[in-house]
Amino acid sequence: MGRGSDRAARCLFFLCALTTAAALLLIAAYLILAGLPALREIGWKDFLLGKIWDSAHAEHPQFGILPLLLTSLYGTAGAVVLGVPLGVLTALFLSKAAPPKLAAVIRYLVRLLAGVPSVVCGLVGMTVLVPFLRERLDLPAGDGLLAAVLVLAVMLLPSVVEMSEDALAAVPRTYEEASLALGATEAETWFRVSLPAAGSGVAAAVALGAGRAVGEAVAVLMVAGNAANMPSLLGSVRFLTAGVALEMGYAAAGSLRQQALFSIALVLFLLVVLINILLYLARGRGARP
Amino acid sequence: MRNRRVENLLIKALLWLSAMGVSLLLLAVAGYVCFRGAGNITLALLTEEERFLEGTAGLLPAILNTLFVIAASLAVVLPLGVGAAVYLTEYAKNRWLVGAVEFAAQVLSGIPSILYAMLGALVFCRRLGLQKTLLAGALTLAVMTLPTVLRTTQESLKAAPRSYREAALGLGAGLWPMIRTVVLPASADGVVTGCILAAGRVVGETAVLLYTAGLSMAMQNFSGIQGLLHASGTTLSTALYVYAKERADFASAFAAATVLLAITAVINLAAAAVGRRVRRV
Amino acid sequence: MSEPILLSARALDFYYGPVRALSNICLDVPARCITALIGPSGCGKSTFLRCLNRMNDLIPGARAEGSLTFHGREIYARGVDVTALRRRIGMVFQKPNLFPMSIYDNVAYGPRLHGVRSRAALDETVERSLRSAAIWEEVKNRLRRPALGLSGGQQQRLCIARALAVEPEVLLLDEATSALDPLSTARIETLLGELKTRYTLVLVTHNMQQAARVSDRTAFFLNGELVETGSTDRIFSMPRDRRTEAYLTGHFG
Repeated sequence: MGRGSDRAARCLFFLCALTTAAALLLIAAYLILAGLPALREIGWKDFLLGKIWDSAHAEHPQFGILPLLLTSLYGTAGAVVLGVPLGVLTALFLSKAAPPKLAAVIRYLVRLLAGVPSVVCGLVGMTVLVPFLRERLDLPAGDGLLAAVLVLAVMLLPSVVEMSEDALAAVPRTYEEASLALGATEAETWFRVSLPAAGSGVAAAVALGAGRAVGEAVAVLMVAGNAANMPSLLGSVRFLTAGVALEMGYAAAGSLRQQALFSIALVLFLLVVLINILLYLARGRGARP
Repeated sequence: MRNRRVENLLIKALLWLSAMGVSLLLLAVAGYVCFRGAGNITLALLTEEERFLEGTAGLLPAILNTLFVIAASLAVVLPLGVGAAVYLTEYAKNRWLVGAVEFAAQVLSGIPSILYAMLGALVFCRRLGLQKTLLAGALTLAVMTLPTVLRTTQESLKAAPRSYREAALGLGAGLWPMIRTVVLPASADGVVTGCILAAGRVVGETAVLLYTAGLSMAMQNFSGIQGLLHASGTTLSTALYVYAKERADFASAFAAATVLLAITAVINLAAAAVGRRVRRV
Repeated sequence: MSEPILLSARALDFYYGPVRALSNICLDVPARCITALIGPSGCGKSTFLRCLNRMNDLIPGARAEGSLTFHGREIYARGVDVTALRRRIGMVFQKPNLFPMSIYDNVAYGPRLHGVRSRAALDETVERSLRSAAIWEEVKNRLRRPALGLSGGQQQRLCIARALAVEPEVLLLDEATSALDPLSTARIETLLGELKTRYTLVLVTHNMQQAARVSDRTAFFLNGELVETGSTDRIFSMPRDRRTEAYLTGHFG
């Protein structure tokens, strides 16, 4: 015991921190550096705005990711538009309107299902939603953008509910008292005072949900159809994540095709970073009194 | 002039409706999986491997592989993440280093798992020559869950009362004995929560393991160093994916999904029971 | 008494679940004067104040028995529109509780709720309320700035302005100056003197000097009962009850 062990512990912990820092920074650096060569060779514009992705063509492969990019953007936006209002209303119910016992039960349920693996959601989408859409809408195949949007919306519900409720619970009770004392109804108080005051937290929940939706691969692979078409609501589409997942096993090491996959990964990475920056801004705005 | 009383009632009704809708939706997803899966779960399914000749499915290898991956990735991420967190909160004087690591962790916790899959396949399977093995998958997952463990540990270390530290240091304890006897015990629940959250992500993760851990459904031999190094195959989540997407064997897929749901439910409730509500970011 | 009785309690009991917080309160509040409720903490004075605009409704298990009337109508009767009641009986709380919005939006919040949409009408109401609360000169050039940037005393006057903007008849003040410095307190006390020409004020205070300075009538509460009530001059000079005298001379509380 004594000085020796103190110094040894310090060295050990420093090594841990260094390894962690190195691992994390290397990943970021690698994602950026590996993504650049193909971008240079194909050209930024042709890569981002090209409408045809045909990477396996023997003579003239084409690497335009616009269909994938738009699919990811539309799919995420759709899931957010469907899932967020429902999630926020549920959070409002849990924190303000629900009888305490019922709220506890629902909270338990949400927590229980917050961790449902994406592959399980994909399975249910595949076996229930896709056949349902196929029959109801009389489609040749039910898998496509709509099915993916619905599955993603359900997947982001639990975290939106939990984070929004945390944010609502943090709103000082005195704000609501002040509003009620001015003759506001409860509903008016919730929507005009509580929600705006919890705004940054709710925005963070939205950004987190959006980040998850953009990055989801497996569930989307299972229900979206995966043809690299320009997106249409009922047609088969391929997400950016699926673009990487589908061809990773086939691209030869060092080939342009593999490098193009790295470039897709870079685009995904940048999308997530962008969403993180928005999240940071949303939180920062709320942090100031 | 709008009728504010009616509006108030309507909005309350809307809140009830959405909460009930969300609850029913979540219940329906879980209920449907269990409904389709429960009938297919037999003792044989859980205790045997699949037999091609007889055409029977078996999940035992996948269950064992899942446990192995959890254990292996925790064995890596736990010392690394906790150690790094201790250094950053207790020892580090260089604010720049702390800031850089925290920022990197923040960014990387949001990175899609498919990117980790890609990097894992490249670095661990090819560069380091591990091939597609459970070990390669576990290492990739350890990197992926590093930010989670780091952050939950850091948060609970920061929450350990200043007065404890001062009391211990005031009694003449060195920095390390103080951390070992006072700070770490006080923040044990944060470490445990971090582990549980990490285990939850490992259990649910499919993309990474699809590309790094191999797709064999056969029983693996974990005995000896060679066994641990070379074991390769599906976990519950990847087995589910293979059953559903590649073999269209939905009976087995739902059975695997039910087992998977049960495990995640246990993990989630355990995390909740540890008490501290750590945000799953 | 020259002014009509606006609020009147008769044999009012109030419960938080099984706990009786007020028993057998009989008290009249005349219009256009300041009534101070005094007593040691936990005596029920705040509970009584919060009965008047039914803010106690927010607490689960709270209920009232007996009679409490406003303009002769029962406050706790079935079918009373609580929002309309609270609009006519405004409240200012112990700590300033402005919304995280601009100064203008804070004051305009109430009128907007009650259906005022026109820009000109809102501008007019905001200015009138801010002038009534004696804070117009200090904020007129920064109406769009966040209200939470103001000092504590300014915030509390802004809370008063916000309450006045819905044109209430009664203003309840729940220890409204206890979180403020002496200078801000003095400004608000002056303001209260001006407001009583147009509004009925009921204020809870633990500060006996404040009650003596600003109020016309005083009611002394102890252990959930109303011990004594009367004109402030009389209560402070010749208390009839021994307990009132003991409290006023600083023997407890």
